[in-house]
Amino acid sequence: MATDMHPILQIQNLNLGFSMRQGVFDVLHGISFDLHRGKTTCVVGESGSGKSVTARTILNMVPPPGKINGGRILFNPDGTEIDLTALDPRGPAIRQIRGGRIAMIFQEPMSSLSPVHTIGSQIIEAIRLHRDVSKKEARNLAIEVLKQVEIPNPDKAVDRYAFEFSGGMRQRAMIAMALSCRPDVLIADEPTTALDVTTQAEILDLMKNLQTEMGMAIMFITHDMGVVAEIADEVLVMEKGHVVEQGNIHQIFDAPQHPYTRKLLGAVRRLEEPAAAKVRPAQDAGNILRVENLQLRFEKKEGFFQRVTDVTRAVDGVSFDLKQGEALGIVGESGSGKTTVGRCIARVYDPNAGVIDYNGQDLMTANKEALRDTRKQVRMIFQDPFASLNPRMTVKQIIAEPLVVNGIAKGQELEDRVAKLLTEVGLDPGMMERYPHAFSGGQRQRIVVARAIALEPRLVIADEPTSALDVSIRTQVLDLLMKLQAEMGLSFIFISHDMAVIRYFCDRVAVMYRGKIAEIGETEEIITNPQHPYTKALLSSVPIPDPKLRGTRQRHRYLAEA
Amino acid sequence: MIWRYILKRVIWMIPFMFAVSVVAFLLIQAPPGDYLTTYIAKLGESNELLDQASIDNLRARFGLDQPLYVQYFKWVANLLQGDFGMSFEWRQPVSDLVWERMGLTLCLSFATLLFTWAVAFPIGVYSAVHKYSIGDYIATTIGFIGLATPNFLLALILMYIGVVHFGTDVGGLFSPEYQNAPWSAAKVWNLVEHLWLPVIVLGTSATASLIRIMRANLLDELNKPYVDTARAKGLSEFALIMKYPVRVALNPFISTIGWVLPNLVSGAVVTAIVLSLPTAGPLMLQALLSQDMYLAGAFVLLLSSLTVIGMLISDILLVLLDPRVRYE
Repeated sequence: MATDMHPILQIQNLNLGFSMRQGVFDVLHGISFDLHRGKTTCVVGESGSGKSVTARTILNMVPPPGKINGGRILFNPDGTEIDLTALDPRGPAIRQIRGGRIAMIFQEPMSSLSPVHTIGSQIIEAIRLHRDVSKKEARNLAIEVLKQVEIPNPDKAVDRYAFEFSGGMRQRAMIAMALSCRPDVLIADEPTTALDVTTQAEILDLMKNLQTEMGMAIMFITHDMGVVAEIADEVLVMEKGHVVEQGNIHQIFDAPQHPYTRKLLGAVRRLEEPAAAKVRPAQDAGNILRVENLQLRFEKKEGFFQRVTDVTRAVDGVSFDLKQGEALGIVGESGSGKTTVGRCIARVYDPNAGVIDYNGQDLMTANKEALRDTRKQVRMIFQDPFASLNPRMTVKQIIAEPLVVNGIAKGQELEDRVAKLLTEVGLDPGMMERYPHAFSGGQRQRIVVARAIALEPRLVIADEPTSALDVSIRTQVLDLLMKLQAEMGLSFIFISHDMAVIRYFCDRVAVMYRGKIAEIGETEEIITNPQHPYTKALLSSVPIPDPKLRGTRQRHRYLAEA
Repeated sequence: MIWRYILKRVIWMIPFMFAVSVVAFLLIQAPPGDYLTTYIAKLGESNELLDQASIDNLRARFGLDQPLYVQYFKWVANLLQGDFGMSFEWRQPVSDLVWERMGLTLCLSFATLLFTWAVAFPIGVYSAVHKYSIGDYIATTIGFIGLATPNFLLALILMYIGVVHFGTDVGGLFSPEYQNAPWSAAKVWNLVEHLWLPVIVLGTSATASLIRIMRANLLDELNKPYVDTARAKGLSEFALIMKYPVRVALNPFISTIGWVLPNLVSGAVVTAIVLSLPTAGPLMLQALLSQDMYLAGAFVLLLSSLTVIGMLISDILLVLLDPRVRYE
């Protein structure tokens, strides 16, 4: 294991400042680390810790108000050392290195590829920028590298557009593009964060294999300690623009020194088991909700007469019960229909068939009046706390809205209730006149929760409420929901793709696959003893936050019989 | 794929043009009275009076005594054979009157479109890439002035400058000696020499709004992750901006083809009169005023079909440019 080789990339005392009106504001405070050939260095930290900006700085692509104001970045691929910080950020020297010697892949595979160019043309462009080959040769090389990232039918895929691919395929195409010039260093900025666990597992495997094959150094940015445990050789922990701890993977996981590292690890490990504070529903609790044979089809209509040309069975005969005070998790990959089920119950969508029995009332046949009534009791929480709050309303207006709309409170009483709700979700009532942008992601999700419980609902449908949050904040929001559940006797339908979160929060879980429930039961039982092959496959893809267990598990993908 | 799309669009044009012809006909008939009433009123102004018998006689000769739908079908039937009918006022076949004017209108529109693009594209890109720079502020200020100045006022100002400072009459599209001369190389050159003024006058406000649209669109695109991807590939700044964000931001440019024609004809009548341009606008206005229905109808119909064709061209270009449109 000993590498006495010279590091391929050395970051020395790198300092980066953003010039603001009030003066220069430092976002990187003299950070230093090395990257080695054939090694993966994970950079961990929460949003705003300076991970992404570090990655961009290495390529000398600092976003406008930013300026490198100290330190060096030494790149040494073949014995001659180049200081990347000294190069003109627009000059040909750095452009030869970008994409050619140091390549980068980004978080959002949806928007990181041009929507109006074929995958092939974008890869061919990258190849021809750095290698002196003809168009035809470049095209063959592009097909070759698409094959390497295991994209099916590469000779057809080369002429496809990004929007014709799924998220995982797009990320593969991104990787193909980055690796097309056989770079010495690959910088991956949260490449799997936007993907499903199953897809994430595949992409991680792929990157590992390609690294063994090509021997490049990988700098992998993530906020997920589970992913770190899966792939890292070296770990770098960043907080607020400082490197607070760095070292070998085992050192970091076994003997973390810095409290921040411990906090990050703790947040992940807590999600490894059910929450201690979980309050189970009473044995004799009655059903609050019964769903029977729920069905929803989306029809694609075409032509002048709007003929139905394609039918997607988004929800295909889903049945389950939910007890008073119980939390039911719905887990599955994107496209499995889990979100659609939640929206059907809230009657955001109109299901085609089935029974939704809420406390003896069939919501399927309920008219507008009745629905207005049940909507006070059945509330939703959405995934993106940035998009689900109106940026032009103050927090007070946002939380008060359901109270005002339903004519429940006004004036001083309204203000008191909003203050009380804010206290309940752990926010300072003094902040109620502020706008959402003044809050962090976790705080915003608390505001969303406060709005959801304002009407004292009985059932909350939470659609991926923690997916957009950092791990450490995730547990905080879950703990908050749990506290409210205990206090108010709330029932939850908790939709997530993250098994760990479900395990922490839910009493029972339903595993969904292609619009159907593959398996439903007690959470612990499903996780420790899954019956359905799909559940097994899903569980095998969840990263284990323990580097010592790396490679001990057989990963497999479930393919349904056609 | 693309051929099927074009074919489909062309087939759709048939019922559409039919509908346009109905609307055009009804619009022309909408004001009370017909050409004869206007004609009689005009004669009345010079104290000539017609007796009822000769009025009825005239009405029968022009076919105005028949019910509307009969008039309409006659008109359409003739149209299909390429006959636009006679102009009441000019006592000439409509086609003799229309074609030259339409040709010049097209020529002017096309020149204006090119001018608009040639000016708006680089300035729009520049002011987006150099947001809040001095260049951006200058372009923006000029743009707003261009947007806010009425075309005819600009025409008057430019004409004034032309006459006072350069001693040339810049009105019209031809010098007097070429006005009625047959087409020749010299006449074409003369046209080119006269074209710049109306092009600037007519194109300024469109240019200004296109600059704003281009700037706003490009600003949205410049921060998209795919731009970063392209940069991380090692593309030069100029090449990557031109190839990626500009390409995506280009859609409104293409869409202008569709609206530049109707805009020029309907919006530019005043300018055309001020500059005494021999384009379709003024003649159409006059035909509408005197209820010269076949002449007016021919104009409305031709302009609508040009608009429809313009839309078709811009839609086809959009499909070629943006694969996302193709798959909808």
